[in-house]
Amino acid sequence: MTNQTSLPQSEDLGQAGQGHVLDEEKMLEGKLPAGGTDARGRRVKGHRPKVRTPFRSIVKHALLIVAAGVMIYPLLWMVASSFRPNDLIFREAGLVISQVDWNNYPNGWDALSEPFSKYLLNSAILVLGCIVGNLVSCSMAAYAFARLEFKFKKIMFVLMLMTIMLPIHVIIVPQYVMFSQIGWVNTFWPIIVPKLLATDGFFIFLMIQFIRGIPKDMDEAARIDGAGHPRIFLQVILPLMVPALATTAIFTFIWTWSDFFTSLIYLTNPSNYTVQVALNAFIDSTGESNWGALFAMSIVTLIPVFLAFLFGQKYLVKGIATTGIK
Amino acid sequence: MSAIAELQNLSKAKGRKAPAKDNKAAHIFLIPWTIGLFLVTLGPMAMSLYLAFTDYNLLQSPEFTGFDNIQRMLEDQRLHNSLRVTFIYVLVGVPLQLAVALGVAILLDRGMRGLSFYRSVFYLPSMLGSSVAIAVLWKQIFGTTGLVNQMLDLVGIQGIGWISDPNTSLGSLILLNVWTFGSPMVIFLAGLRQVPAMYYEAASIDGATKWRQFRSITLPMISPIIFFNLVLQIIGAFQNFTQAFIVSNGSGGPADSTMFFTLYLYQQGFKQFDMGYASAMAWLLVLIVGTFTAVNFFVSKYWVFYDD
Repeated sequence: MTNQTSLPQSEDLGQAGQGHVLDEEKMLEGKLPAGGTDARGRRVKGHRPKVRTPFRSIVKHALLIVAAGVMIYPLLWMVASSFRPNDLIFREAGLVISQVDWNNYPNGWDALSEPFSKYLLNSAILVLGCIVGNLVSCSMAAYAFARLEFKFKKIMFVLMLMTIMLPIHVIIVPQYVMFSQIGWVNTFWPIIVPKLLATDGFFIFLMIQFIRGIPKDMDEAARIDGAGHPRIFLQVILPLMVPALATTAIFTFIWTWSDFFTSLIYLTNPSNYTVQVALNAFIDSTGESNWGALFAMSIVTLIPVFLAFLFGQKYLVKGIATTGIK
Repeated sequence: MSAIAELQNLSKAKGRKAPAKDNKAAHIFLIPWTIGLFLVTLGPMAMSLYLAFTDYNLLQSPEFTGFDNIQRMLEDQRLHNSLRVTFIYVLVGVPLQLAVALGVAILLDRGMRGLSFYRSVFYLPSMLGSSVAIAVLWKQIFGTTGLVNQMLDLVGIQGIGWISDPNTSLGSLILLNVWTFGSPMVIFLAGLRQVPAMYYEAASIDGATKWRQFRSITLPMISPIIFFNLVLQIIGAFQNFTQAFIVSNGSGGPADSTMFFTLYLYQQGFKQFDMGYASAMAWLLVLIVGTFTAVNFFVSKYWVFYDD
């Protein structure tokens, strides 16, 4: 806080006195001397001088809290509405539930030809298959791209990056034809098998980025000890890339669980419905008069995603910040 | 480095021969990927290109019809309308979403109290957003008796049926897209953190205002991130399907106002089983997305600055 800048002293002190920085900020800035200046009194990179009066800070937080409220309110309202009798749902805009109706959940659960647990199970099987598929196949491809030198590597790499941006619609029709000819429509295979074949370029790219960050000395040491690539991959790289694998698993979970388009196309038999298709069928069958039950089942389909978000947030943020997938 | 920056660099750096030495191992590690590339991606792409020039209903074998599908696309008013709807969605929805994402990311700048709390709250909708449940919710809250109109009622405004009015139905879907600004926001936050503080330092010594600093330091420094988000969100927005489907019960209504291109493609391919036409449409989509991306890359030379 010494000799520098045209910043008013008091505000500078306010910044230093603010103390509480959160985890990542601590990592970034904790090492720095107070006030973020180096020995020569210059500002250190990564620590922006801030002109922030308490008043500004209050306004900012107020603004953010209001925005956060607006963002989250529809969700909270849906939760509240799932406990309201139908005739009250569209008369109560608040979150206070004046009259609790527990029946929405059991009613919705059994509204379709199969109980909702069946759809949850279908979705769970699909999710599990896709997670295993992505973890195995994408990590193998990523290892090759990140650590091996081979013919046509560059062109293959470009192709892989391109698949990330390719609209699925250009392959869905022939894929459907193909899968229907081998009798896979109304099974989970058309959705799981492509994952086993590393078609999710996002995750390959994410893992490549991660492997590039692992020091090469690790695998070179193993190679000197006589380990071949399968061993280096399995025993050196894989254990070190657990965070990237976790990110992949969580994103795959959320995306597969939320996927509507492909399951709508491939899973037309009600006993194969995933939760998303079931929810759509629910709208069709009840003509939307049973809002309470519809909201209740909507909540049921959102809970797994919400939990994955809650527990996987650290990985989600990292994954999204490094590769920009969403 | 992002996938897009990587692509840009690849086009710049050439030469440097790979000392091909791990060929065998690489082939083994790439077995699943290679099979997938040919069987699930390139093969179907080639077939789709062929189908685009045929009449095919899945029951009889494809019949080659030359440019009939293209001719039909030129004359199909509903298709033109679906393009219009999709373009509006992309050209209005994406910039709005990114502006909000950037604005909030700047408010959430480093070292602020409660950062991770705010980030979670703003990020959550983009994780939930693609599911059917959220589209269901949207349909209800923007309905005639929905939450939005109840709120307006409290302040004495008579609301309309936002979803059932062709003038506002697309707008409510654009709003839904804005609501899911969380993932570009997270990318912006990561980008903002990379801006060296000394630049702001120097600028404030020179007496630059906050706005000036934003324009002359922040924007150029994070221009690669803006570009990246722009490319990705545009590609994503062109493919929006679930929300339009649910909100309109799969019809694209009212009055085709939410008939997104992908929804029309789905109707043609998987409702009418007009697979040839759907394939032709799919290639039109690839062409459009590809053109947008290419133009983006081209224009980026003039406004995206790389530090190195």
